[in-house]
Amino acid sequence: MAMAEKTTATVPVSQTAGMPRLHKIIFAVLLAVLLVLPFFVYPVFAMKVMCFALFAAAFNLLLGFGGLLSFGHAAYFGGASYVAAHAAKVWGLTPELSVLCGAAAAGVLGFAIGSLAIRRQGIYFAMVTLAFAQMVYFVALQAEFTGGEDGIQSVPRGDLFGVISLQNNIALYFFVLAVTFGGILFLYRIVHSPFGQVLKAIRENEPRAVSLGYDVNRYKIIVFTLSATMAGVAGATKSQVFQLASLTDVHWSMSGEVVLMTLLGGMGTIFGPLLGAGIIVTMQNYLATFGAWVTIIQGVIFVIGVLAFREGIIGVLSRWLKKPL
Amino acid sequence: MFELLGISPPVLMGQLLLGLINGSFYAVLSLGLAVIFGLLNIINFAHGALYMMGAFVAWMLLNYVGIGYWPALILAPIIVGAFGILLERTMLSRLYHLDHLYGLLLTFGLALIIQGLFRNYYGISGLPYQIPEVLSGGQNLGFMFLPNYRGWVVVASIIVCFGTWFMIEKTRLGAYLRAATENPVLVGAFGVNVPLMIMLTYGFGVALAGFAGVLAAPIYSVNPNMGADLIIVVFAVVVIGGMGSIMGAILTGYLLGIIEGLTRVFYPEGSAVVIFVIMAIVLMIKPEGLFGRPA
Repeated sequence: MAMAEKTTATVPVSQTAGMPRLHKIIFAVLLAVLLVLPFFVYPVFAMKVMCFALFAAAFNLLLGFGGLLSFGHAAYFGGASYVAAHAAKVWGLTPELSVLCGAAAAGVLGFAIGSLAIRRQGIYFAMVTLAFAQMVYFVALQAEFTGGEDGIQSVPRGDLFGVISLQNNIALYFFVLAVTFGGILFLYRIVHSPFGQVLKAIRENEPRAVSLGYDVNRYKIIVFTLSATMAGVAGATKSQVFQLASLTDVHWSMSGEVVLMTLLGGMGTIFGPLLGAGIIVTMQNYLATFGAWVTIIQGVIFVIGVLAFREGIIGVLSRWLKKPL
Repeated sequence: MFELLGISPPVLMGQLLLGLINGSFYAVLSLGLAVIFGLLNIINFAHGALYMMGAFVAWMLLNYVGIGYWPALILAPIIVGAFGILLERTMLSRLYHLDHLYGLLLTFGLALIIQGLFRNYYGISGLPYQIPEVLSGGQNLGFMFLPNYRGWVVVASIIVCFGTWFMIEKTRLGAYLRAATENPVLVGAFGVNVPLMIMLTYGFGVALAGFAGVLAAPIYSVNPNMGADLIIVVFAVVVIGGMGSIMGAILTGYLLGIIEGLTRVFYPEGSAVVIFVIMAIVLMIKPEGLFGRPA
């Protein structure tokens, strides 16, 4: 289960308290860029990137720091987007409550699936999570409230806290920025907490963590649930942005995409998944007219990434700079 | 008794047959996965794509070269197997020293490429493939109508499955294979060319997928997406059965196909998810799988 061992063990994570200065600077620059970004690029595109960045970061918590490869994260991403869309459209909830509903649903689903999936290790774990995600897909295809092939369309954007209208793309952008940036900082906090240290210990050497008295399965269930919940936040937010929840978000190819983003950026790094998400979403955006070529290119990136570039972009950068990123 | 449940025998038998046919594909595909997993310790995510490729190769042989169903039944698996060997030599063999999850990621990428290429050139509408003349028509069994070709699929899959089982469990070659599964270093020390064996094993496992694809071509339309969803169900089958046993993989495949068919009779809405529900139950009761060895 020590998948990310070889890629991350080279750069020890800082043991000093608080956030390293380099990370503070990167986060500050990132925030500054994101604050002015909607005035330069199409806000909906920027929001899409941010949602996927949070999704990939949530996935990376599980794979990069927990050492667990889930091949079914679309279930939480897409499941939450359905619940949030339903909450906003049918129950008439405000955006922040809709997102919370979606995240809570993803968390419950993640807890249920995670509790079963951790009973198998390694390759089986990946297959089990994939199979359960496919089950969620079939439920989404057949259930009444998901609208089958049509999905849930024209979800109202609503008023934040019932006061601030999010009809305007710029207003919505800052809501999405707050949610996703907050979510990413929250994940950062988890990774650098004592809980995160135990996770790393389990990833590096599970039998030893057991012998030290840690209840490994409990940690795995908690990290799985946390990862699913944050993936849910990302999916729920995306449904508010596009005013749509559809089968694309629960399909297995979405699970593959988030693996790709994380692999490309660098699993087990803080900033890798964010960069990976940015690259993949941008690529999809510009190559959308080429149809099936997008799938082929993604496949090629997968193959090259696995064969020659397992550290990912940020992983390589981190090795050069000799600093964890 | 059937009337009591409001299900007429022909409907029940029809769905059972359909289940048995699906089960045939599950069995051949999960057998291939189990054979590959045994020696290479990787899960071949490209298995569904190679199954689709088998069907396409059969279609191409017919439409471009004029080679019919029967030769294709032999040729297509050989071609797919050779393609698999190429993949193993050029890419997979570089990953054996790494965590096995990388093999899963690599074959996932390969599956995306193969499916994407076929989708690009042949679209997603599906191409027809005629049932061979000898097997057209059907038999009236009194209680139901059995199309000849469907009967043939079940028979052919059983022959291939049990042939493979016999080869692995009862022959000298199979003994080498099982020994290499247990301890490849030791078997290599005895002078057996283990890398060659790994290569041929992958080729054989993949050829099984190609064979299943040719069998499927006349039943389902030949379509780039035909393997993608199937492979996930086969993964669930493999989790339920456990990959430790060849016979286990075969029996679980048929059994789950039949259960799926029965579900379609009694609770149609549940037929798409019944295998996943069974997987959840098995994980709760016997996490190592029905035929698996405890880790």
